[in-house]
Amino acid sequence: MKKTQILIVGAGPAGLCAAIEAARAGAKAFIIDENSKPGGQLFKQIHKFFGSYEHRAGVRGYAIGTDLLRETEELGVEVILNAPVYGLFRHDGGMMVSYMKDGREKAILAEKIILATGAAENALAFPGGTLPGVMGAGCAQTMINVNRVLPGGKIIMIGSGNVGLIVAYQLLQAGAEVSALIEAAPFIGGYGVHASKIRRAGTPIFVSHTIERALGKTRVDAVEIVRLDESFQPVPGARRVIEADTVCLAVGLSPLTELAWMAGCDFTWIPQLGGHIPIHNENMETTIPGLYAAGDITGSEEASTAMEEGRLAGIAAAEALGLTAERAKDIKLEVWARMNALRTGPFGQKRFEAKAQLLESAKGAAR
Amino acid sequence: MNGIRFTGIASAEELLACPGITSEERFNKGPVAVIECVQEIPCNPCEHACSSGAIIVGQPITRLPVLDGVKCIGCGECLAACPGLAIFLVHKNYTDTTSLVEFPYEYLPLPEEGTAVPCGGRDGAFIADGKVVKIKKTKHSDGTALILVEVPKEFFMDIRTICRKGVSDDRQS
Repeated sequence: MKKTQILIVGAGPAGLCAAIEAARAGAKAFIIDENSKPGGQLFKQIHKFFGSYEHRAGVRGYAIGTDLLRETEELGVEVILNAPVYGLFRHDGGMMVSYMKDGREKAILAEKIILATGAAENALAFPGGTLPGVMGAGCAQTMINVNRVLPGGKIIMIGSGNVGLIVAYQLLQAGAEVSALIEAAPFIGGYGVHASKIRRAGTPIFVSHTIERALGKTRVDAVEIVRLDESFQPVPGARRVIEADTVCLAVGLSPLTELAWMAGCDFTWIPQLGGHIPIHNENMETTIPGLYAAGDITGSEEASTAMEEGRLAGIAAAEALGLTAERAKDIKLEVWARMNALRTGPFGQKRFEAKAQLLESAKGAAR
Repeated sequence: MNGIRFTGIASAEELLACPGITSEERFNKGPVAVIECVQEIPCNPCEHACSSGAIIVGQPITRLPVLDGVKCIGCGECLAACPGLAIFLVHKNYTDTTSLVEFPYEYLPLPEEGTAVPCGGRDGAFIADGKVVKIKKTKHSDGTALILVEVPKEFFMDIRTICRKGVSDDRQS
């Protein structure tokens, strides 16, 4: 059976950064990903990232992805693609991961495992929601930015978080008309500057509005939206029909935690982070010794924080193997300082508090 | 309700209180950056794009960028560096009757230099016709074009884009 020191599940921003830090520290690192290409969602991100200039803000997401891949290659990190991981077991004092590759079951033994599995888009149930033309915003983003196919000509975006705002902008860039962006809350969830971009392009944003139904026989022809009152109830008579052929849903993300459940990690429920989250400590280590988590699996945030969490998990796992003990402390302090800075301000404060609550629950968790 | 959180557009009050926008006096002196950044988000590439030290974000990184109108030389490097596309360059007294407004633009096709284009405000609605004076790429562009339009002077603080609908209508005709 194949053996490695550190195994990382997921080759997105968190997984790649974890592998880079682990390999830099001298560990043998190995990444498994179910997709045909590494990079996670990074290669769909054609916009310039926010954050600190010193850490690649102002650089487009796909360019950051390209750099991370080059770095993993230079460090000799092995990446297995097209390989869905389906099992995580304790084995011989270490851990074993089972995965499928080329239609065959395979397994690999690891001393430390880092789960960087990401998150999945939430769905929204409404009449007409199964008509062709209704899709996740991430799906539309994959179509335009990876496959270069326009999902439709007239699009309604549901949800005003940064995903909804950014994908609406990218659909406009790809040549579609975004007829409206609607948001059930009474205010826009994402950054105002992203909202301003689509407003300048002529797309209206309706807050306190939700989708009532998608209309159409064989595919979406129109969408009926309705205004909501303060208690999120439809206002009678405040309905309107907007012509549309595509409905994109950007209504939040849920952490992909199956492997953490399977391993027996203790969980906590933090709605601000997307639901059930595996409890972890300052080293990103879960309640199962040697099993780490990083990125959206520990609560959906941005790629910038996912990369920092990955670095933290990578260096901590290497340190636990007895490598780089001196440098590790400094690197971890630097990473925490950067992450805390990213989690300040009116948009970051709630995530900071939610993450603090998560770390606090680690102290109470049985080891 | 009014304000960027509700409409996606910075309100007159928010712009008035914005530390990235300089004085009336400075606008009269020549080209200057207009940083329409009114929400505290973790972002600072503008600070590093400015070689004159005219933009300060500082610590924490969520502070609003502060523009020093005296130091700003109106080079426009910050425009393409801003991931939020929230920085503009305004030359109020370009001629006696017109101003020059420069903005980042990430759509294709680009208009042609010298042609008349419909120009719009922060909500994309048509305000006035303008003339494309120049289209440039700078070292921070990475694909983001900067479009300079000459517009009637009374709209120098209102016009912030070209109307995309206008552009595609022109293309179709």
